[in-house]
Amino acid sequence: MRRSVFLVLVSIVPCLAAGTILAQDAPRLRGPDPFTREIPAPPMQRQVTDDVRVRRNYPDQPPVIPHSIEGYAMDLNANKCMSCHARKFTEQSQAPMISVTHYQDRAGNTLGGLSPRRYVCVSCHVPQTTAKPLVENSFTDMDAMTEPERQPERRTR
Amino acid sequence: MAAGIARAWGWFRENPWVRTATNPPVYLSLAFLTLGGFVAGVGFWGAFNTALEATNTEQFCTSCHEMKTNVFEELKGTIHFTNRSGVRATCPDCHVPHNWTNKIARKMQASKEVWGHIFGSIDTRDKFLALRKHLAEREWERMKANDSLECRNCHSSESMDLMKQNPRAASAHERLLFTGERTCIDCHKGIAHRLPDMSGVPGWQ
Repeated sequence: MRRSVFLVLVSIVPCLAAGTILAQDAPRLRGPDPFTREIPAPPMQRQVTDDVRVRRNYPDQPPVIPHSIEGYAMDLNANKCMSCHARKFTEQSQAPMISVTHYQDRAGNTLGGLSPRRYVCVSCHVPQTTAKPLVENSFTDMDAMTEPERQPERRTR
Repeated sequence: MAAGIARAWGWFRENPWVRTATNPPVYLSLAFLTLGGFVAGVGFWGAFNTALEATNTEQFCTSCHEMKTNVFEELKGTIHFTNRSGVRATCPDCHVPHNWTNKIARKMQASKEVWGHIFGSIDTRDKFLALRKHLAEREWERMKANDSLECRNCHSSESMDLMKQNPRAASAHERLLFTGERTCIDCHKGIAHRLPDMSGVPGWQ
């Protein structure tokens, strides 16, 4: 009994040590060390506003917003996004219509208008900035994995 | 009693100052009257315009708590209050016409706002929110009627460089603004203050 407890303790030590050693390599994402130290806020990043649609990384990724949405109303009273992206306004705005899934409730029933659960656009769709990623992104598109030789040139900012 | 009033009236009429005031050309020279009238006119006009301008400042507008705690607070976060170049629109820049005749007309309408302040028609946040749509609609109507004149006092379409706008904005301005199909306020509602319930407003849903 005592022997097994000792073994358990001994086997835990390398795990803890490994955690500590690996953590040294990980980039620090939690602000200053110690956390009570005050550092100046990083500058605001410039928004990407070139109006060019960005390819989705996977089919059901919410498309990102290629324009500025600064000052757009998004509350109980008004939803500025819908002034262009609602079905009835897409002809004059030439903006992409919100997906048909946005006209369905959670049971899949089709509704006459925007589903209330989809009302807050920015909980899924976000504008982009030119900020440098804090962590390198090694995501690989599924197509790029299956057919690496047939990939279109990807735009880089 | 009657005799007393008649005597007082007689004394009043006999007073040299009153006699001069009721019949100035008899007692004063034409040159004095002309110059005096001119100087008095200048004085009156100066005082009138000074008072008018004093009521046309942000400081005056926000001296009422209705303005200070509701609409002015909302303005503070927007680009018309703070921006990279520090050019700033104050309340009268958008809400009072710059042209004199229209300004006086707007100032006369504003007497209703004084009434509202005295009788507290929006003296609480709840009352203000309840009336917000009505108040906003009045401003939208006014700006639609004068072709968004207050916007155009700064943002002239002649000076608008479409090459510097992003393609989305440039195309919208080209199709709708330059053709006169729409005016600024038709699309740019709620740019300086929060919006009321927009259901039923054209272009919103």
